[in-house]
Amino acid sequence: MIRLENLHKRYAKRDALCGVNLHVSAGELFAYLGPNGAGKTTTVRILTGLSVPDSGRALVDGLDVTREPARVKALCGVCGQTINLDQDLTVAENLEVHGRLFGMDAPQLRSRAAENLERLELADRARSLVRELSGGLRRRVMLARALMHGPRVLFLDEPTVGLDPAIRRKLWAAIRAIREGGTTILLTTHYIEEAEFLADRVAFLDQGRVVALGTPQELMEAQGVWAVDMLEGTDMRTTCFRDRAEAQDFGAAGPGSFTLRRVNLEDVFHATTGRKLANGAAA
Amino acid sequence: MIQGWKAVYYREALLLRRRFWKTLGTMCVSPLLYILAFGWAMAPTGQGGGGMGADYLRFLLPGLAAMSSMTQAWAIAGEINVARFYWRIFEEIQAAPVAPGGYVLGEVLAGMTRALLGVLAVLGLGFVFGVRLTLGPAFWLALMLNAFFFASLAVGLAMHIKAHADQALLTSFVITPMAFLGGTFFPVERLPVVVRELLLLLPLTHASRAARAAATGAELPTLSLVILLTVGAFAFVFAVKSVARAKD
Repeated sequence: MIRLENLHKRYAKRDALCGVNLHVSAGELFAYLGPNGAGKTTTVRILTGLSVPDSGRALVDGLDVTREPARVKALCGVCGQTINLDQDLTVAENLEVHGRLFGMDAPQLRSRAAENLERLELADRARSLVRELSGGLRRRVMLARALMHGPRVLFLDEPTVGLDPAIRRKLWAAIRAIREGGTTILLTTHYIEEAEFLADRVAFLDQGRVVALGTPQELMEAQGVWAVDMLEGTDMRTTCFRDRAEAQDFGAAGPGSFTLRRVNLEDVFHATTGRKLANGAAA
Repeated sequence: MIQGWKAVYYREALLLRRRFWKTLGTMCVSPLLYILAFGWAMAPTGQGGGGMGADYLRFLLPGLAAMSSMTQAWAIAGEINVARFYWRIFEEIQAAPVAPGGYVLGEVLAGMTRALLGVLAVLGLGFVFGVRLTLGPAFWLALMLNAFFFASLAVGLAMHIKAHADQALLTSFVITPMAFLGGTFFPVERLPVVVRELLLLLPLTHASRAARAAATGAELPTLSLVILLTVGAFAFVFAVKSVARAKD
């Protein structure tokens, strides 16, 4: 459904994408993980027609995004990182304007708006001005708006950034439900647990390159099962093991206290790049 | 080619409806001050309007209507900038299957709607001050062509500026001088030839001339209407090309 072929993009003095190759199957929820500035948003911007690649191709459902932008856009829904709702319009009006931008007629607009407001538990907020809503509600409106025209592909760019855990989990449930409806989803995030909970497959992006690709389970198992975190000076050092007892012994033999836990995607990123996912800093 | 224009216009119309009274009130402030200061307080004494006396208000009002059609059409650039730089709503439109021509047409029509409202506000104020004008089709045509040009220019330039502050700069250096020199407050014919010829390069001068002639029953300067139509067409094409290139 989504295919990136040797995609390059350069901004002023910085390479944002350096030959990215990727394939996302129809109906898949694919997480695109990486630290800030890794190139995640640039990829989404190219796929949604907001940016033009310097070279390479980006295809959605076999359509080249630069050659047939209108047809590609009609297939896609975008829920961007920044909340870009009309603050002076109501929730329902925001949805209505979006539907009109996608050429929907009045009966379609009414039924789809009602359906999406219901699905995201926003029905009682339909007549509220967006500026009166909390951050979590605005995120849900963004999602409802992106779904208005029934997109086959949904781009979620950091959809839960800045939300508290309870609201984040509520949005995760909504995203899962959308995926179960057959929509292909490309999710960019730097929240490890979000990718682990939601994604069928994960790609790690670092400095414009895909550095690891697979299911969360595959990627984590390649590193081990158990991880030991030990404080060394001001740095946290993590070592991964297949065997719990071996990990326990390693921790106990160390000079200070340690934490034993299951391996997660953060460990995969760290092992692959030598950087922490949270801030992209070298560890 | 113009796919999506209705949706773009609809959005602007919803916003205008929500802020209608606030917007209308704002539109009345400057014309009211000009009418009070130049048309009402100074003109009867012969200090304003080049000694035209009480007739000056009748001279001034079509000029103010033209000026208002310019400033209100131009104000669509402010709306676009807010949508681009603060709320990022322009990206929502860019991610939709809306043709650049459709976006420009929708925004230009929104600018023209604002302009029409601004002109009605000026005429309403004129009515309060006892000025009666002939408001035939030629009057409206002149003002709407003027609004079409300035709204198109505003949409095009809004795509090139990098920050909201740049817009204020453009307004200060282009629109404000034009408002005062474009035949709004005085007949440009009274100026020395060189200055007059320079002022005839301003679209507002032609809009003021045409609107004034239509409103006072004088002979219509057809050339001015042709000039407004021509520059409007160029500005529209410029806006479409600018929107098509507005990426990254």
